Parts: sequence; C-alpha cells; structure tokens
Amino acid sequence: MIEFKLPSLGADMDQGTLLEWKVSPGDTVKKGQVVAVVDTSKAAVDVEIWVDGVVRELLVHPGETVPTGAVLATLDGIGEAPSTPEPATRKTAPPAAKGVTAAHRISPAARKHAEERGVDIEHITGSGPDGGVTVEDVERAAKAASPTSTALATADGPRRPVTPAARKRACELNVDIETVAASGPGGAVLLEDVERAVAPPAPVKDRLGEMRRAIAAAMSRSKREIPHYYLAEMVPMKAALDWLAAVNAGKPVTERLLMAVVQLKAVALALKKFPEMNGFFRDNAFQPAAAAHLGVAISLRQGGLIAPAIHDVGDKPLEQLMRELTDLVRRARAGSLRSSEMSDPTLTVTNLGEQGVAAVYGVIYPPQVALVGFGRIVEQAWADKGALSVMPAVTASLAADHRVSDGHRGALLLAELRELLQQPEKL
Amino acid sequence: MKEEELRATVIATLKTIAPEVEEGDLHTDKPLRNQVDLDSMDWLNFLIGLHEKLKVDIPETDYAKLVTLGDVLAYLQAKTK
Repeated sequence: MIEFKLPSLGADMDQGTLLEWKVSPGDTVKKGQVVAVVDTSKAAVDVEIWVDGVVRELLVHPGETVPTGAVLATLDGIGEAPSTPEPATRKTAPPAAKGVTAAHRISPAARKHAEERGVDIEHITGSGPDGGVTVEDVERAAKAASPTSTALATADGPRRPVTPAARKRACELNVDIETVAASGPGGAVLLEDVERAVAPPAPVKDRLGEMRRAIAAAMSRSKREIPHYYLAEMVPMKAALDWLAAVNAGKPVTERLLMAVVQLKAVALALKKFPEMNGFFRDNAFQPAAAAHLGVAISLRQGGLIAPAIHDVGDKPLEQLMRELTDLVRRARAGSLRSSEMSDPTLTVTNLGEQGVAAVYGVIYPPQVALVGFGRIVEQAWADKGALSVMPAVTASLAADHRVSDGHRGALLLAELRELLQQPEKL
Repeated sequence: MKEEELRATVIATLKTIAPEVEEGDLHTDKPLRNQVDLDSMDWLNFLIGLHEKLKVDIPETDYAKLVTLGDVLAYLQAKTK
C-alpha cells in the first residue's frame, strides 16, 4: 500500500486545506497526474501524484486543513493485489483547523450545476453519501431559491411564506422559523435564510495577510539559519541585446523572446559547473540536485510574490523556455500552479530590473542555497583596452549559503554567467 | 476604426493583463508602463492581445514609439486605417 501525503509546497507552507479531489477510489492514476487541489497561503495548487497506482481510499475531505506530511489518501501499487477495504481509519493528526465548508462534499457535476444555477453550495443540504451534495440537491435548492418557484409555501394567515426546504432545515436545526430574517420574494423564508441564522459568518479569507505571514516565516528562517554572502558582477549585454533584437525581428509578436529567458538559460548552464549552488540544504547536509529547476520570482498584482520552478532549464531551447515562462506567469497570477513547480526549485532567479533598480541582493529561499539576481540593463561608460565606449550592462548578483560554498566559487559562477551571456547564440 | 472603438479595445486588452486598471485614472499623455506597472512579460502579452484583436503587427523596433497611451492609440490608428 502507498500513502499519498500532503507534500510541502515551499518552505513557507506548514499546512494546506484540501479544496477538491480530482479522483475517486478505484481510479487508476499515473505519476504526475493532478489528483487534488490544495489551498496554501499563497495559491490553490494542483497536487500531482508521484507514483502510478490505484486509489484505495481518500482520507481527507474537502474543506479540511491538515499539516504537510499528513496522509491524504492510500493507493495500491500497480500489480499489487487490491486489498479488502479496511474501515476508514484516519492516520493523520486531527485537522488543524476546520472550515465551515468541512461538511460540504460536492460532486464536480453538482458544483458545475450550482455555478450555472447561481446557487451558493454552502447553503445546500447534501443527500448523498456522507452528506455529499448531488446534482439533485442543487436543483432542489435552485428551485427553492427561485423567485418564480412554485415551491413557495402558501401564506398561512398572517404568517410569512416559508419554502419546504427551509421549513425542513429549520426543524432539523431546531430554529424557530418566525425568528429568521427572510430574503425571499414576498418576505419568504428561504433555505439559505435558515442556514444563515445558525451559521457563524463565513470567515473572509485574508489571502494577502496569509501570504505576508508565509513570506515572513520563510525569509526570517532564511536570515536566521543561512549565513549569506553576496557578490555582484557587471555583465556587458550588448551581444545579448543585439542577438535578441535580430532574433525577434524575424518573429511574430506571439513568438518573441524576452531577455529574462536568455538570462534564465545562462544561469542554468553556468550551474552545471557549480553544483554546490544548485540543490537543497537539509538535515545539516547539502544535497546537490541533478538538474536545474529554476524558481522564477513572480510578483503578484495584488501584492506578494511566488517563485515556482521551470524544470530542466539547462536542457530546453529558448523558444520552449519562453512558452513555459509565459504559461507559468499566467498561471501564477491566476492562482493555478502545480505541486511540482512549488516544491522543487533548486535555485531562484529574481529580476527586479523591470522596476528600475540597478541591482538586487536577494534572500535565499530555504532549503535552496543560492539566489541569482538581475537588475536593470543600463548604458554604462565602459572602459575596455584603453578605449571608452557606451555599453549596455546589467548587474548580476549572487546570494549564496556560506555553509555550502565560498566566495571564490561564487565569483567563478558569476564569471561563467558573464561569459555565457557574451555568446547568446550558443544558449 | 473609430477612435472611441479603438480606445475601448485597447483598454479592454489592458484590463486582461491588469484587471485593477480604471480607465478614468489613466493619463493619456504619461508613460503607460509606469502608470500600470507592466513588466516586459505584461507588455508582450498586451501587444499579443492587440495583435489578436486588431490584426496589426507591431515589430519590436517600434516599441520605443509606444510610450504613452496616446502613442499607442495614434500608432494603432495609423496601422488600422
């Protein structure tokens, strides 16, 4: 049997709230398939499974918040005899926090239907297994809430109309229907009015506040644990700019490359000779990574930032990296990232040149051990071989972990990066 | 294309990149990228959006001409005539 645990989706995550299962017991899953959606403080993340198998049991329900490492589901490996179903024993710690939605299990079809009918699923009573909300429940709720509904109870004397669903629910919840504030047409009491009367006000999710706290925790840990050293190098960019302009001149706007992609590729290639900058520091030891999965710092419009990875940057052509970067930025801003992108960047690259700063000295994102920063490309008075010229140049910086590497090696990495950017056609 | 129609298309495209933009807050004669905080990825996506809606090609060498919203509108007006 395989235990599928909630992965850590970054150093600043210690728990997650399961939003949705994308699979059901009995489903065959393939490694890399998205099986669940988990809400972290930063974004809703599509969580991928790391192994092929058959889903045996889903242990955590949508709405529940569990710590990282908690078992979300069990699977049988391919070829493993499906075991007789055991009673559902929860191997996890009790949920760290239980949202008001905990009881609301809803099938994808029912969710879609609710969206179409404009029904708030929070206020639907489920009739499916374990109180799950079915399409029929949604339809019933939609009819009950509809102003043209014939389901409205006839006004009985001076009493207000009450929908049957509302009356039933009020009975179940032991709520005096006369005390409920009505929102329906003609002063009718709707199901949702009854629910509202007993439910505490739904907490508004303070995404920005949570993200701020998550960044604070990760960066405090970084500055507390990692002895940073910082280096900077002025890199001439004329060759890269000229080459990029020539390449883009022949491309339609939809296929043009950005300098950010050229810089990412150069960093990945430079790292091949400096494995001590690429990997993780865990349990008092450095673990080098085989490939360069570069985290790309992306600022979010509403505030905060996120640094998901582009995988195997060193092995991909620039055109492909451009497509992947475009897709990554779009999905990061839409809040739709995959777990592998969140959990495994081996080094982060940040580019603050867009905001106009000359250089950036970054804070390493643990458990990574280095961060490369680029400032703005600016024209410099450039002295070379006794002659003065105007040269566009960028300050490339390195923040690295002194437990793992020394300044000498860091300097060589930046020198390698500078050389690679002088021959952009080879990237 | 009518001027108002073009302006509406440009603003709508901008809003797909920067949903928080209020048209009333935009100064036609000030640098657009500073006002809306567009990085080069946003800028490229903005141009791709205009390319798809208006079927105009905007070569990279023309980027320097497109500083303010007014510049963008005048450039597109000339291109879509």
